[in-house]
Amino acid sequence: MSSMPFYVSPEQLMKDRADYARKGIARGRSVVVLGYDKGIVFVAENPSRALHKVSEIYDRIAFAAVGKYNEFENLRVAGVRYADLRGYSYDRTDVTARGLANAYAQTLGTVFTQESKPYEVEIVVAEVGATAEDDQIYRLTYDGSVADELGFVAMGGAAEPIETALKDRWSPGLSLGDALSLAVELLGQDPAPGPAGGTTRTLTAAQLEVAVLDRERPRRTFRRIGGGLLDALLSTEDPTSDAPAEDDPTPGRHDTLTGEGSPRDESSNPQTQRPEQGPE
Amino acid sequence: MTTGADAGKLPAAYLSAGSSSFTEFVGVHAPQLLPSRRVLPPGNMLEAPHGTTIVTATFAGGVVMAGDRRATMGNLIANRDMEKVFAGDEYSAVGIAGTAGIAIELVKLFQVELEHYEKIEGTLLSLEGKANRLASMIRSNLGMAMQGLSVVPLFAGYDLDRQLGRIFSYDVTGGCYEEHDHHSVGSGSLFARGALKKVWHPGLSAEEVVSVVVEALYDAADDDSATGGPDVGRRIWPTVAVVGPEGVRFVGDDELRMVVEAVIAARQGNPGGAR
Repeated sequence: MSSMPFYVSPEQLMKDRADYARKGIARGRSVVVLGYDKGIVFVAENPSRALHKVSEIYDRIAFAAVGKYNEFENLRVAGVRYADLRGYSYDRTDVTARGLANAYAQTLGTVFTQESKPYEVEIVVAEVGATAEDDQIYRLTYDGSVADELGFVAMGGAAEPIETALKDRWSPGLSLGDALSLAVELLGQDPAPGPAGGTTRTLTAAQLEVAVLDRERPRRTFRRIGGGLLDALLSTEDPTSDAPAEDDPTPGRHDTLTGEGSPRDESSNPQTQRPEQGPE
Repeated sequence: MTTGADAGKLPAAYLSAGSSSFTEFVGVHAPQLLPSRRVLPPGNMLEAPHGTTIVTATFAGGVVMAGDRRATMGNLIANRDMEKVFAGDEYSAVGIAGTAGIAIELVKLFQVELEHYEKIEGTLLSLEGKANRLASMIRSNLGMAMQGLSVVPLFAGYDLDRQLGRIFSYDVTGGCYEEHDHHSVGSGSLFARGALKKVWHPGLSAEEVVSVVVEALYDAADDDSATGGPDVGRRIWPTVAVVGPEGVRFVGDDELRMVVEAVIAARQGNPGGAR
């Protein structure tokens, strides 16, 4: 006869798993996602330029995550595969954040109950709509629960005080500059563990990963914000409060707006499809 | 998707670590979506619309690609305003000759392939990398090509490292060859190539090369019934893409109308055209 396992009640098992996942998520830094007048902005405290917490999924959909990098990177790749396959076999307009959030929820839920260890991640799937009312922000937690959030989300680290402050101070129609300053100020108040814990810090551009889904761009709306543009948006003296409509002029990948160099030639089309032409 | 308790969750193939190639992922997870995985019944070749002539030529800071708008099926015109030149991604254009249905499906797959790589890896593929991905797609279509459903693309792009426009041609077996200066594929390519040799010369500007490729397409349409000339009555102009350091730009209809009208005017009483 094999050894008799100790009996653990399902309630205790789930509670242990949830505690385990929650602890893992709280160890990292927070990510804030909030709506602004022209789209949705993602702000993460992340000094790495290569290991992203915020990424593009599809034309109007982005992904933000906190927790264990290898686990959410795995989910990000799965999301890109889901979106690209769906867009390829149906149409680009048939790829929705809601569909992806459901698929993630089922996946996280299954892993939580069936695998030996839950994913230590919390993710946001956001889709920018034609107007601010059509924007969708879904928050998914380690156990597969989904919440449809209105306007803002803070997750990871000590997210609760940030969330409370956002409830008071966020309002629809903020400019990008205002939304960004609010997010960065609240991220700086995060009472992080360690010697500097509990104090208010001023985060600089080098410590931040910032990206937007800009509803006014054609087709692919995701852009990272860096370089001089991020400095200008964060600065209280500089009047810049919005991202430029034109991409950077330098040849190369145009996923990052730095606001440096002269604007691109108006006639150039950075998108991969021929623009629609009406009848003459 | 699986059924039962796990319904709706992402299948294991989505979560497996692996390649950043969309085609490879689809090949494992949903092979029926790939044109190359389709099994054709043995028997006679079927008749399907064919796309015809694509021309491309370099200029000082990039490359221009143009295609006529006609698709033929036997002696009939299947479509008179089909687009056969597409943007592969921000810095490349791909033109297609051969079986239109499969060619357009391949281009669509190629576009997703490039964007997928960009999103997963966070960087752009090199121009050779893109040309080789297209070669492997053509290679996997060999079975269909042997049954008469062949696709022959032409690929042109701006090389960000070398800062110049480059052209790659293909054969039905997936062979990929870099071409210099200019090239043409499709049924009217012999005539277009002859025209390019006489009209194109090094050091032309982008605008001049646009006029050169329109001239070459006109010559192709002049002698090849499967290539469509510019249709002044219906205002159907060739598709012309200019690829340079600013990315891919499709030349607008108004600009093209002027180029086409100039080419037609210059041929009044001089049917051989510019030389």
